Amino acid sequence: MSSSPSAAAAERSGSYLYYRHRLPVRVMHWINVVALTLLFLSGLNIFSAHPALYWGKSSYTGKPPLFQIATRETEEDEVIGVTRIFGREFDTTEVLGAATNAEGDVVARTFPGWLTLPSDRWLSMARRWHFFFAWVFVINGLCYLAYSIMSRHLARDLAPDGGDWRSIGRSIIDHLRFKHPTGEASKRYNVLQKLAYLAVIFILLPLVVLMGFAMSPWLDTLIPGWVDFFGGRQSARTIHFIVAWLLVAFVLIHVFEVIISGFWNHLRSMITGRYRVDGEAPR
Amino acid sequence: MKRQAELSRRRFFGRALGAAGALVLGGCDALSQTQWFPKLLATGEALNEAMQHLIAPRRAMAQEFSEADLSPGFRSNGTAMPDDPKYAALAAEGFAQYRLDVGGLVENPMSLSLAELRALPSRTQITRHDCVEGWSAIGKWKGARLGTLLETVRPKREARFVMFYCADPMEPNGASPYYESIDMDDAYHPQTLLAYELNGVPLPIQNGAPIRLRVERQLGYKHAKYVMRIELVESFAKIAGGKGGYWEDQGYEWWAGI
Repeated sequence: MSSSPSAAAAERSGSYLYYRHRLPVRVMHWINVVALTLLFLSGLNIFSAHPALYWGKSSYTGKPPLFQIATRETEEDEVIGVTRIFGREFDTTEVLGAATNAEGDVVARTFPGWLTLPSDRWLSMARRWHFFFAWVFVINGLCYLAYSIMSRHLARDLAPDGGDWRSIGRSIIDHLRFKHPTGEASKRYNVLQKLAYLAVIFILLPLVVLMGFAMSPWLDTLIPGWVDFFGGRQSARTIHFIVAWLLVAFVLIHVFEVIISGFWNHLRSMITGRYRVDGEAPR
Repeated sequence: MKRQAELSRRRFFGRALGAAGALVLGGCDALSQTQWFPKLLATGEALNEAMQHLIAPRRAMAQEFSEADLSPGFRSNGTAMPDDPKYAALAAEGFAQYRLDVGGLVENPMSLSLAELRALPSRTQITRHDCVEGWSAIGKWKGARLGTLLETVRPKREARFVMFYCADPMEPNGASPYYESIDMDDAYHPQTLLAYELNGVPLPIQNGAPIRLRVERQLGYKHAKYVMRIELVESFAKIAGGKGGYWEDQGYEWWAGI
């Protein structure tokens, strides 16, 4: 019989706490949250120094940028912010390119201040933040990989098994209907979740780091021309930017799924490790 | 009631999240203004330098490109015309009176005319110029190899850095002339040039005439334009802001390999 009142209450309501996330995973998860957030915000500040993206070895090939955020004056001498995508121009005043400042004047501003670090354009400081947290991120990521392989977290919790592959259709439908596994099944990651995590861990995150390396003129000398494999240095910069936004998309979906499948339960399990599972605790 | 409690909990949480976000960003801005925190952050860039030196050989060559890759009209950034009467006088005569002084910790100080620089062993290379802002341009450079020049002036043993003093003031009234510095490894690197030609014509004023440094494995701000004087030093701690270059004194890293 349970001795503590809370355990007794849990048993009456037919649920129990399951130790889901071990300490190293929890710690590394939150370090990653901080590092990636600061990398993203400082990255947008760095991007503001030259807010245009190109495909190729250089920025000046005779072709216009693929994407550009700019500030310009209209024929009525009004300052507006514009975003150009594949040569098409959109007025994005107040969001991208220009915004009203504290004095009420519309001034050049690539991104809103709350989306960049530092909030004002300050390239040298943004680079300091970016490179410092890039190291935090890379070291944390390597520790995570080593831990996940040695503790079998990767093989046991993340690698899809035969059953996972067979249930993939079912899982897609469940996700679209916002239906989530309950009871014993909720202890494991579902197959889409596993695939999403694996894609982020083994494709997106290594790619964003590699494209960061590709922007370094010194690292480009390692094997001269290796950057051209990705289309050239400016293509690498474009990929770096796109992958950063794909990671944002992943985080938005991740947080959305956390909210709709039991926000407090998931949050607790990533802080204390304990996740509440409906049903009788297995003896 | 449960639903109400749930709602107020959510509202509280939403507000807490917003406040935390503002606090974090405000806190980051405040930290950026302190003396100590940017120094801590700079350890990241120090690690960049250490790691890049560790994994890339000191003599590794920057990628070279073909004529087809040349950027039409090499972009001019920073100064396009130095605001200096002495420079304007030199430029008016096509730099016929220009002399590059090479001194400091050397056995054999020299002063070279443009014609003498052009007579030195030269190298032509098509390379990519990567600005710290994020853009790149590809240009064909011809210039005297700095390494050859150094062999002629014979640096003393204690010389550790090569300083480049430029004609362009970065502030009004001729204040804060641009300057840069590189270490001896970069100075003797085969692709490090005192460039006097860009894309087959004499270096235009907007790109740094008459002489611009090319130090291909580093970002654009290391490539000093309008070079007037070269000095070999043991340390740059007492020169200008003490960080080894104009932009370095504004907070950019001396090591510009990334």
